[in-house]
Amino acid sequence: MPTDDPRSTSTASRTPAPPAVLEAISLSKHYGSGPSRFDALSDVSVRIAAGECVAIVGKSGSGKSTLMHLLALLDEPSQGEVRIHGTDARSLSGRALNRLRNREFGFVFQQFFLNAQQSVLDNVTLPLTIAGQRRRARRDRALDVLGSLGLADKAAAKAVTLSGGQKQRTVIARALAGSPSVIFADEPTGNLDSATGAIVEDMLFALHRDQGITLVIVTHDDDLAARCDRQIVLRDGRIVSDSASPALEEVAR
Amino acid sequence: MRTIDVTRMAVANTFRSKLRTTLTVLALFVGAFTLTITTALGAGVSNYIETQVNAFAADDVLLVQAQTDLTLEAESEGPAEWDPETSTSSNSQAGGAPLAGAQAEPLTDDDLDVIRGIDGIDGIDPVRAVSTDWVSHGSSGRFEFSVNPQSAVTVADLEAGEQLDQGASRFEIVLPNDYLDALGFDTATDAVGAEVEIGMTDITGETHELVAEVVGVSRSSLFASGAGANNALVTELASLRTAGIDGADENSTVAIAYLESGLTATEIDQVTADLGDAGFSAQTIEDQLGIVTTVIAGITGVLNAFAIVALIAAAFGIVNTLLMSVQERTREIGLMKAMGMSSGRIFALFSLEAVTIGVIGSLIGVGAAVLVGSGLGSALAAGPLADLEGLSLFLFEPLSLLGVVVLISAIAFASGALPASRAARQRPIESLRYE
Repeated sequence: MPTDDPRSTSTASRTPAPPAVLEAISLSKHYGSGPSRFDALSDVSVRIAAGECVAIVGKSGSGKSTLMHLLALLDEPSQGEVRIHGTDARSLSGRALNRLRNREFGFVFQQFFLNAQQSVLDNVTLPLTIAGQRRRARRDRALDVLGSLGLADKAAAKAVTLSGGQKQRTVIARALAGSPSVIFADEPTGNLDSATGAIVEDMLFALHRDQGITLVIVTHDDDLAARCDRQIVLRDGRIVSDSASPALEEVAR
Repeated sequence: MRTIDVTRMAVANTFRSKLRTTLTVLALFVGAFTLTITTALGAGVSNYIETQVNAFAADDVLLVQAQTDLTLEAESEGPAEWDPETSTSSNSQAGGAPLAGAQAEPLTDDDLDVIRGIDGIDGIDPVRAVSTDWVSHGSSGRFEFSVNPQSAVTVADLEAGEQLDQGASRFEIVLPNDYLDALGFDTATDAVGAEVEIGMTDITGETHELVAEVVGVSRSSLFASGAGANNALVTELASLRTAGIDGADENSTVAIAYLESGLTATEIDQVTADLGDAGFSAQTIEDQLGIVTTVIAGITGVLNAFAIVALIAAAFGIVNTLLMSVQERTREIGLMKAMGMSSGRIFALFSLEAVTIGVIGSLIGVGAAVLVGSGLGSALAAGPLADLEGLSLFLFEPLSLLGVVVLISAIAFASGALPASRAARQRPIESLRYE
C-alpha cells in the first residue's frame, strides 16, 4: 500500500541508532492498597525502536496486558513514565493524548470489538470519523485498506455476517485505516483456528515488513512470539527476559 | 470528530434497539400530545374570550352595585332570619344583567347621588329593567325576544350593519343572527335597515307594541345575550314597563358609572377604592371577564400539570433506556475512547441520542395532537358548540408548538445527561477488559 508518511522510511535507516517510538522507564502499576494491594507491574523498563516487531509474552496474570495498556496510553502507571517519540506522556493534555492515540496507534483485539450491526465499511472508518475526516475521504481510505486486505467485496456487509478470520481482518483494516506508526495487537489470533490465525499473522508481519509499522504483540502463543524480532517475557509483573538484552536473560536463569 | 458525524451516529444509534426506542418515544408521545392539546385548548378558549371582551365594552365604564354583606350569611348555617332592619326583598333582578352578581341590594336614588359625587365619575345610569315578549317582521309570526339592558355599554360583534347610535332619538336594535331565518331574512345584510315590531307587557298586564329599526346583526356571544337596543329604545321600554307607576323601577341592582375620560389605571383603581369605602363594589367589564379567564387559565394549568407528570414519567424512561444503552455499549465506548474520541464527544453522542428520542416523540405527539385537535375542533364547532361563533376550540399557535418540541427535547437532554456522563467517564481500559 502506498504511503507518503515519512515514518515508513525509518526502516531503511534502522541500523545506526534507531529512534525510540515507545519508551517505558521504571513502570509500576498496582491496584488497591494496604493488604489487598496487587502489583500488576513492578519497575519495568522497555525501549521499543521504530520499526521493531516485539512480542510481549507471559502467562495470564503476568502483567503483559497491563504493560501493553500503559504503552498504548490507555491507562496511567502508578509510578514511572512512558515516552512517545521522546515526549513524556504525562506532559500531554487529554486532547493531545486523544490525538496521539488516534494518529499514531492502531489496535487489534482478540475479541474484535466490531459493531455487529454496522457495515464493515463503517467499522473500518471509525478511527477516521473520530479524527474528523470528511465522509468522502474516509470512505476512499477505508476501501483502499479493505482492498489491500482482500475484503473489498465485504465493505457493505454487516460485521455480524463475517467469519472469524474476516472479522479479524476487518479489525486489522480498522487499525490500519489511520496510517498508524504502531499497531498494538492483544492476542490477535486467540479466537481463530490455526489456519485462519496463520493468515492473520502473515498479514500483520507483512505490514511490519512492507510499511515499517512497529508491532507490539501481546501473546501467550510461543509460535507467534517466535516470529517476532524480539521477545519480552514477563512473570509476576517483572521482565524475566528480553531477547534484545541477553544479559537480563542470563540473570533470570 | 465532526459534529455532523456525532449527530449522524447518535441518530443511527437511536434506531439500533427499535423496540426500546419505540417504547420510550411512546411515553414522550403521550406527554407531548397532552401538552399540545391542553395548551391549544387554553389558547383557543382564552383567545375566544379575549375577542369577546375586546368586542364588548368601552374602557371608561364601571359596573357598580351595593356591596353584599356576606358576614350575615356566614354566621348562621341555615337561612338568615328575616329582620326588617337589614333584610330587603332584592330577589328581583334587573332584567337579564348577565354580568351582575347574583343577589345585590337595589340601588336607591340616594345611592346614585353618592356615586355621582365620587371624584372621577362623570355620570351614572342605573341599568333599567326592561322586558320584551316577542319580535316579528312582516308576516313572520312572533318570536320570543329579550333585550340586553347593558347594550348601552357593550360593543356588539357585528356580522353586518353598524353599532347602535346611543344618541339617536329613533329606536334602534342590533339583532342576534339566530333570528334571521325566523324573521324571514335571507342574509344578515338583508336584515339591516328593516323595521321589526317588538311586543311587551307592562307590570299592570297591558300589552304594547313598538317599531324599531335593525341597524346591525350580531354574532352570538358568550356574554351579551339578547338583542342590543339603543338608549332611546331602552328608556322607552323601561318607562312603558313601569306603566307610569312611581317607584316601580327602583329595584335596579346594577348601575353603569361613566368615568371621566383619560383616567389612568391607578386613577381608576382609586375610583374603585372610593366606591368601596362608600359601600359599593365596582368592576370594569374586563375585571368581570377576568374572572372567567382566570378560571380557564386554572383549568388549563391543571391539565398541563397532568401533561408534565406524564413527561416526568417519560424522562425516567429515557434515563432507563440510555443507561441500558450505555451498559450494552460499554465495549464500543471503550473502543472509541481508545481510538482517541474525547469524553466530551462521547457525552455529546449519548446526549444527542436522548435529544433524538425527545424530538421524535415530541414531533409525533405534536403532529397527532394537531390532527386530532383540528378534527375534534371542527366536529364540535359543527355540532354541540355551533352556537359559539368564532370559537376555534383548539388554537394551535406555531410558537407554542415549537415551545412544546423544545421543552420536551430539553427534558430529554436533561434525562440523557446522567447516562451520557456515565459513558463519558468510562475508562477505555475498564471497558475493553475481557478476562
